[in-house]
Amino acid sequence: MFFKFRFIIILALTSISSLTSAGVFRFKSENIKTQDTTSFVSPFEEDNNRCLKCHGQAKYEYTNETLGKQVNALMCSERIVKKSEFYNSNHKSFSCTDCHSEEYVKFPHAGELRMEQKYNCLDCHGGDEKFAQYHFEGIDSAYQQSIHFKLEEEGFTCWKCHNPHTYKISVRNKDNLKETIAYDNAICLNCHSDFNRFQLLTDRAEINLIEKHDWLPNQAAHIANVRCIECHTQINNKIPVSHLIKPKEEAVKLCNECHSQNSILMASLYKFESKEQRQDGFFNGIILNESYVIGANRNEYLNLLSLIIFIGVIGVIAIHIVFRIKKNNKPN
Amino acid sequence: MYLYPKWIRIWHVLNALLFLILIVTGISMQYTDKQNAAYIVGFSIAVKWHNFAAIVLIINYIIFVTGNLFTKNGRYYRISRQNFISDLMIQLKYYSWGMFKGEKHPFPVTELRKFNPLQKVTYVLAMYVAIPLLIISGFGLLFPEITIKSIFGVSGLILTDILHITMGFFLSIFMIIHIYTCTLGAKPTSLFWGMISGYHRDEH
Repeated sequence: MFFKFRFIIILALTSISSLTSAGVFRFKSENIKTQDTTSFVSPFEEDNNRCLKCHGQAKYEYTNETLGKQVNALMCSERIVKKSEFYNSNHKSFSCTDCHSEEYVKFPHAGELRMEQKYNCLDCHGGDEKFAQYHFEGIDSAYQQSIHFKLEEEGFTCWKCHNPHTYKISVRNKDNLKETIAYDNAICLNCHSDFNRFQLLTDRAEINLIEKHDWLPNQAAHIANVRCIECHTQINNKIPVSHLIKPKEEAVKLCNECHSQNSILMASLYKFESKEQRQDGFFNGIILNESYVIGANRNEYLNLLSLIIFIGVIGVIAIHIVFRIKKNNKPN
Repeated sequence: MYLYPKWIRIWHVLNALLFLILIVTGISMQYTDKQNAAYIVGFSIAVKWHNFAAIVLIINYIIFVTGNLFTKNGRYYRISRQNFISDLMIQLKYYSWGMFKGEKHPFPVTELRKFNPLQKVTYVLAMYVAIPLLIISGFGLLFPEITIKSIFGVSGLILTDILHITMGFFLSIFMIIHIYTCTLGAKPTSLFWGMISGYHRDEH
């Protein structure tokens, strides 16, 4: 009785503390991974400051020597690198001219510099033992089979998803799962929910993602608790995060893929700890740390108990029937 | 004797139908895997039908409670403290022993007493404890964003779900026993006919 009473209290509290998550659609949140500040001091700070003086903010100023005037201008948003984000990123220890031409130190920059060949991930990370754990080659080969690779001619590169100036590896753990989901989804939505960027690579009309995913029950809960890539990529156990984006027709649409004992979430979102397959009798127990997935989180002890009770009840009924038949057959 | 007014009979048949839908779809969601029998309904269809049937069940439940508040049907559910345990034991003894010995029903159905003591307790537990808990926890699962995120480090959704499936399971067991005990009338089918016609036929 006390147990039931406690449940009622809990559920009553539940209703009172409702309506707290009205903003589940905050996909394009500020860059969560770059909010922490570090005391990192770059050995190239002075050199970099020369670039960031203009490229580190929305406004820049220069002297027009022909007119002999000071000019204020707006920096193209694509060419802005925020100092705080850069010095929090994985590439923070680089000098701007490690990757960009030395010629950029001259201002005004020469026009042809825009045509410079930019580095790809593999140009630096490929074949390097130090980065072996990240499996860059595996990522590249998955990417080459991905639907995104077909857009390479149109200009698709690693940088469309991973900004080299801000990229910070997101190592998943129990504590930052929600952040990781929001961070990873923001990467997709950066283009897929921003038509300005989307149309750079395709002639397709604008897509309304909310409408496209109308079929998902509790859409908001799904979007806040799993990543786009859970359904839209091919599972690959050899690389940390699957990079093989499948054509839309092949996306997971069967609820059972996740909502079952063999939930694919264990090989994707939760694979970082999937060795702990069961926890206190719950299948896919690791999911329970952050979330709850109907069908995937059944408890084997409760399963067994319910089966015993069910068989017991049917057994008692069967015995009762036998006695009734016996009584009816007895001559009065 | 006319015992079951029309509104009770309509409520009852609708409740039974909804229960069947909810049990089948509930099992489909809880146990579905592509290989096993629960997959027959399929998860996505099960979700839609479960949600739909649940909403109708809530409306039907409100009708039941309101009906019992404002008609004399409500009084059948009043449990008196007097001889509570001993009456229960008498009824249990009858079901497990007396009825095979040809004893008379210890609490025959009258216009003032529709349910025997055992029926009363199980019906009150089912209708006024299990179903409300089932509805509240069901709401928590239908709108997971309103459910408490965690209670003492355990996900609130798991507790809500365990409560929901436990109540669902007990009510499913209740339904099996309920249907079986309905074969204990004058003839195995007479109580079922009573629930259709509204008239109760005496057992003896």
